[in-house]
Amino acid sequence: MITFDLAIIWAGIIGFGIIMYVLMDGFDLGLGILYPFAPDEESRDVMMNSVAPVWDGNETWLVLGGAGLLGAFPLVYSVFLPALYIGVFLMLAGLIFRGISFEFRFKSKKNRHWWNRAFCWGSAIATFAQGAVVGAYIQGFAVEDFVYVGGPLDWLSPFTVLTGLGMMAGYSLLGATWLILKSEGHVQQWAYRIAPKLLLAVLAVFAIVSLWTPLVSMEVRERWLNQLHLIWIFPILALVCAGMLFRAIKRQSEGLPFVMALGLFIFTYLGLIASKWPVIVPPNYTIWDASSAPESQLFLLIGVLFVIPIVLAYTAWSYWVFRGKVKVGEGYH
Amino acid sequence: MDLDPLLLSRLQFAFVVSFHAIFPVFTIGLASYIAVLHGLFYKTENPAWDRLALFWTKVFAVVFGMGVVSGIVMSFQFGTNWSNFSYATANFLGPVLSYEVVTAFFLEAAFLGVLLFGRNKVPEGVHLFAAIMVAIGTFISSFWILSANSWMQTPAGFEMIDGRFHIVSWTEAIFNPSFWYRFTHMALASFLTGGFVVAGVSAWFLLRKRDVEANKKALSMCLWLLLILTPAQAVVGDFHGLNTLEHQPTKVAAMEGNWETSGNVPLLLFAIPDKDSQSNLFEIGIPNLASIVLTHHADGEVPGISAVPVDEQPPVAIVFWSFRIMVGLGFLMIGVALAGLFLRRKGRVFESPLYLKVLVGMIASPFVAVLAGWIVTEAGRAPWLVYGVMSHAQGLTPSLTGGMALFTLIGYIGVYSVVFLIGAYYLSRVVRNGMLEEPVEVEGEVERPKRPLSAAHTPFDDDTDNSIEGAKA
Ligand code: HDD
Ligand code: HEM
Ligand code: HEM
Repeated sequence: MITFDLAIIWAGIIGFGIIMYVLMDGFDLGLGILYPFAPDEESRDVMMNSVAPVWDGNETWLVLGGAGLLGAFPLVYSVFLPALYIGVFLMLAGLIFRGISFEFRFKSKKNRHWWNRAFCWGSAIATFAQGAVVGAYIQGFAVEDFVYVGGPLDWLSPFTVLTGLGMMAGYSLLGATWLILKSEGHVQQWAYRIAPKLLLAVLAVFAIVSLWTPLVSMEVRERWLNQLHLIWIFPILALVCAGMLFRAIKRQSEGLPFVMALGLFIFTYLGLIASKWPVIVPPNYTIWDASSAPESQLFLLIGVLFVIPIVLAYTAWSYWVFRGKVKVGEGYH
Repeated sequence: MDLDPLLLSRLQFAFVVSFHAIFPVFTIGLASYIAVLHGLFYKTENPAWDRLALFWTKVFAVVFGMGVVSGIVMSFQFGTNWSNFSYATANFLGPVLSYEVVTAFFLEAAFLGVLLFGRNKVPEGVHLFAAIMVAIGTFISSFWILSANSWMQTPAGFEMIDGRFHIVSWTEAIFNPSFWYRFTHMALASFLTGGFVVAGVSAWFLLRKRDVEANKKALSMCLWLLLILTPAQAVVGDFHGLNTLEHQPTKVAAMEGNWETSGNVPLLLFAIPDKDSQSNLFEIGIPNLASIVLTHHADGEVPGISAVPVDEQPPVAIVFWSFRIMVGLGFLMIGVALAGLFLRRKGRVFESPLYLKVLVGMIASPFVAVLAGWIVTEAGRAPWLVYGVMSHAQGLTPSLTGGMALFTLIGYIGVYSVVFLIGAYYLSRVVRNGMLEEPVEVEGEVERPKRPLSAAHTPFDDDTDNSIEGAKA
């Protein structure tokens, strides 16, 4: 009984951590991807300044998720990481370079173009890797007797390349709508111009993935077509968000596009969970198979329940301090 | 030749963890030092303490940032290369490693920002409190990580069910038999690292006659500290070794280079251990001393390496020599600290260029000693991952191929080299800038919370920089 409860609680915590990570690190990674396309160096300053105070906090959710998985669902940890071996390395390398370019770009002039490059490539590679992880998760893993037995590049298939590119489009969309919220003048106008194009790209990938998924995963097909009709609510809500997003951009509203982009991500995410639940290591293992011992889950839960509210409060506070527009030529140096 | 994923993974783990370890050992010591400086300023109101605190906080910010970057990689290493091990030990290591991360976050979220950016924004008392909390936080972090490592050295408080470790007693597992020795030894190592770096940098400034008053204060303080801590480390190390003798006799045998279990064992100063012949090709030693150190009797019995089968023997030469490097540096440190006392009595500590130069040179010594110490500990337990229960080979990720391991090994070395060079270069600029007055805050400057590195304002390259010229003038 207690096992049952704890596994669900932990699934909730990890699920929450992941979506927090995707939403928050998503928009700053997205800005990194858009970086080379920005109209001028001035707008690059604005783009970076609009995320510099918060990106580091955004990334904490990734580390918390990684550590939490080892503590609560070790099977996930010990299957995903070997299966995604090369991808994990690329993601970490990307995140490292992106991280240090935040620090040093503003401190240098002569070498600034190097930091620009590190920022853009770091963001793009990390995002692609994350998207491919999602694709790999939909595909499922070759696991025998709780051990990954597949090859080093199983995670890289046409399907996962598509989800990787989709993630790049999605994060860019989050980034562009964030920029609409945080900037003004010609930077904002540029963001207004690219956002609809990005949205179209996202929707295209969305459509292809939706048609393709039932082909790569039998279980998912079953669930969508025969088992659970309520599940259709998620894609419908996602599409509603997309529609509202279009309109909001047309009317040049400032806050709504970002909110709708968040909604688009959240409903897609919920749809994904609903099509897999309670399987956590597809195709075969549920959250209960993947759990650590109940006493271990409980031991860790105490600390995490204590810290999460503090991290949330701190996050909220730093966004609050940093509210309002970022102006050209302003910011730290 | 086939690439061996096991060997490559061990190299990779050793590389990334050594790289990571350099930064925390320094930040742990430095955090405490900064807290002390804040305390002194709070009590005496002497601005010299405040300037020192400000300067070292900048250094702290950069080193801490590097520690975090390299730490994130660590938390994925267990899963990528040692997935069988992670899966089997997750019931213990999962929560314990998570607690280290959780502590780190808590610390960063709550206090680091105040320490780094709150100087003119919160009352000095609050600032002092934040400095103390950051120092305590670094210790809590190392508490958890060392508990994890010690448990792998001397596992306790568990039972095996279906090949997985299940914890029956959390207290026994967390406070396992080698934990307190390792924690104390490591805490002292951190203080020594902080102490020798601060002493060396102060000496460097004194050689250049910059900020003489503040740097004299800092140096004098450090020398007193080192005078106490260097011998203390030797004593703690001795106890640590005795404890290891009880729980991991083969490791001690390798440290001593002793092949056959016997009495009257000499303390070897130099030797060429050879696994093939199960003996030393050449050795110079002091008769009976190893027996005396380890058992307190001249004829006391010291375990031998050959007591275990060859495939359960650690790489003897590595353990043997790393141990000598660490202990040798330990005694060198004692000597340098004593020389300081001697010169002080003659009133010449701050004037002797030779001594100041020696101190500058000693900056590297604690880092080398720490890495050597870890190599003794970690290589000495080979072939075991969890001592006596699970070997390296059993813990390795089954799907890992030599090619994959080689790819990431080269990759990490590449990434870290770039990061390290940039960090070291930048750090040297921060230090050379010294204790200049802070640049006046630009109107509208957004001081971001949290991001450690932004606490250092030093520019990265020359054409954005004029402060260095200012410093030289
Ligand atoms: C929580 C666990 C933990 C901690 C705190 C450390 N290590 Fe470790 N170390 C391991 C867990 C581990 C391990 C996972 O158990 C490894 C990986 C493969 C192996 O041999 O053991 C290992 C291997 C390993 C090796 C290779 C030994 C061999 O294979 O012969 C070296 C040289 C080091 N480590 C060095 C260090 C250093 C310099 C550390 C300083 C912080 C350190 N370790 C902390
Ligand atoms: C396998 C070994 C290790 C792992 C998995 C690991 C993991 C991590 C991680 C993930 C971080 C970053 C946390 C953040 O974002 O703030 C970190 C930082 C830190 N680690 Fe480790 N670590 C290891 C070894 C060590 C050791 C041996 C020590 C010291 C005894 C240590 C002490 C610290 C400290 C004090 C920090 C805070 C950052 C700093 O001071 O530089 N860690 N570690
Ligand atoms: C001077 C005499 C010293 C003695 C007798 C001594 C003894 C030891 C022993 C026996 C070990 C291995 C413990 C084991 O795993 O079984 C060890 C490990 C270690 N030593 Fe030392 N040590 C000395 C000085 C130093 C110094 C000066 C430093 C650094 C400043 C240092 C840093 C370390 C570290 C980081 C480890 C690995 C972590 C651990 O197991 O505690 N030691 N030492």
